[in-house]
Amino acid sequence: MKYWIGAALVVIAAFAAALSGMNEYFFYAAYIVLTFVVLSTAWNILGGYAGYVNFGTGAFFGLGSYSAVVLFKALEAPLFVQILAGAAIGAALGFGVGIMTLRLRGIFFAIATVAILFIMETFMVNWRYVGGATGLQLLRPEVMAPFDSYTRMLFVVMALLAVVAVSIARYIQVSWIGRGLRAIRDSEEAAECSGVPTLKLKLFACVVSGALMGAAGAPMPMYLSFIEPASSFSLNWGVSALAMPMIGGTGHWIGPVIGALLLGSIQQIVTVTISNEINVLVVGVLLVLFVVLAPDGIVGLFRKWTRRSSR
Amino acid sequence: MIFSFDLLFEAVLFGVLLGCFYAAVSIGLSVSFGLLDVPHVAHPALMVLGSYCTWLVASWGLDPILAGIILMPAFFALGVLIYRFYYETFEKRGTEAGVRGLAFFFGVAFIVEVGLILVFGVDQRTVAAPYIGSSWAIGEYRLPYRMLVAFGIALVLTAALTLYLSRTFTGRAIKAVAQDEPALRLMGANPVRIKQWAFGIATGVSALAGAMLIIVGPVEPALDRLYIGRTFCVVVLAGLGSMTGTLAAGLILGISESIVLMMLGASWAPAVAFGLLLIVLGIRPQGLFGR
Repeated sequence: MKYWIGAALVVIAAFAAALSGMNEYFFYAAYIVLTFVVLSTAWNILGGYAGYVNFGTGAFFGLGSYSAVVLFKALEAPLFVQILAGAAIGAALGFGVGIMTLRLRGIFFAIATVAILFIMETFMVNWRYVGGATGLQLLRPEVMAPFDSYTRMLFVVMALLAVVAVSIARYIQVSWIGRGLRAIRDSEEAAECSGVPTLKLKLFACVVSGALMGAAGAPMPMYLSFIEPASSFSLNWGVSALAMPMIGGTGHWIGPVIGALLLGSIQQIVTVTISNEINVLVVGVLLVLFVVLAPDGIVGLFRKWTRRSSR
Repeated sequence: MIFSFDLLFEAVLFGVLLGCFYAAVSIGLSVSFGLLDVPHVAHPALMVLGSYCTWLVASWGLDPILAGIILMPAFFALGVLIYRFYYETFEKRGTEAGVRGLAFFFGVAFIVEVGLILVFGVDQRTVAAPYIGSSWAIGEYRLPYRMLVAFGIALVLTAALTLYLSRTFTGRAIKAVAQDEPALRLMGANPVRIKQWAFGIATGVSALAGAMLIIVGPVEPALDRLYIGRTFCVVVLAGLGSMTGTLAAGLILGISESIVLMMLGASWAPAVAFGLLLIVLGIRPQGLFGR
């Protein structure tokens, strides 16, 4: 109950902020941070709970963006439909990836997701309809009633999506599905022998994770008014979506949220004040530091600290 | 486009050269990942680092191949350090090392890549040598000398590593540690030191592989991303840890890439390695010459 009140407050706060007279740049930056909240939460469902490392977040994200662009170009579909389509395509790709987990684990699974990412990118580079390698300029439609600008509206949409994603991740974590996934992470053979429906659970985790990543990608072309394959399918989405849960803590749903808010904000500040390259470096260095020094992330550090002070 | 056997023959010929080159850049990974089971996603990044170091050393007026050979001891030491660190933080603790080990090497790859961007910028770099830029004409076919040089080094490197692993004492110990680590420990050998040595060799070889990379074509910091597909494709297709298999797998990749390049154009070429990798993983994950 406490959680739902908190979630409602977040949505109301996002709405209120979007209608207030705040600086436009805030929404421009916050949109990206919220996108990372969705991506890292989605990554954590498969990577954190079930232990299958996905390097190909960009494949789901980019495919979501491109499905939105195709629908927009062909039918002038509204944003809501674009997001649904992105989620559906992401879910379909997730199902395919889920089938792969039948045979592939560990690094083989991770490398296979990189392969999917590059194959997707190559297809889009060669698809003339969506602009090929040079990309496509898009004309945003008129903004809807209560909002002053399109960026503000996208910010609220992404905030809603983030709340939905976190709620789903939280539900999975506390329900029997989460227990099953954790059993798979610890030992897949033992889980299967104890009657955990491993394939069904893995497929479910892949589909949900893929759908959320696809949905997160769908509004991106509208946000940039532009789409091109190299940045849509970049491996950088993958390293961020992996680093944020690792830094926040993979065991709990709040971990990816903390990681994304923290790292995403640092990235936004660094991108503006220093350079774009440094922000990838920050992600890489923090990822390595946390993986080596604090394997359970910030959540783990916090738990250790409260346990020590209560003693 | 009109199909002709002449063009196909040329594509295959070029594919053989390209394939040997791919085998040579993958052979380090074949040791570190194939034999030692280290999830070394950062291998291509270290190779590109090797290319940039070669560029630096070659800019003093040295031949790039010589530069690559000079760099090998330094990279050997780097490899020993990386493995030592990986062992102390992940392998020794055991539990759940899979996810974190992967994340670690992924992070290292990004740090190397961005480090190169910060130091050298995003521009492409090339080296100069007498054999770069000219080609050898046999009848109507033209073979670029730079590909022939890479082809030669690839063959020497593969042969040397195959002999080292099967003829010398340490080489056999490396193979033994891949097959049965507890047995090796019972024999009184220290598996960690052997693995450390092997990882050093794998990284040392990637300095030479980096030199070949910059001989064959211009190098940019983000090139490692493409080579994740090519190197892992070759190593998995070969069957983990098989040296002759690496050569065969490199040829398969090189020839298919060269044929796709001829029939469909350069924009489809990156998908070949990744597509082949997915097919192998789906159908025969143990590879062609799996142990």
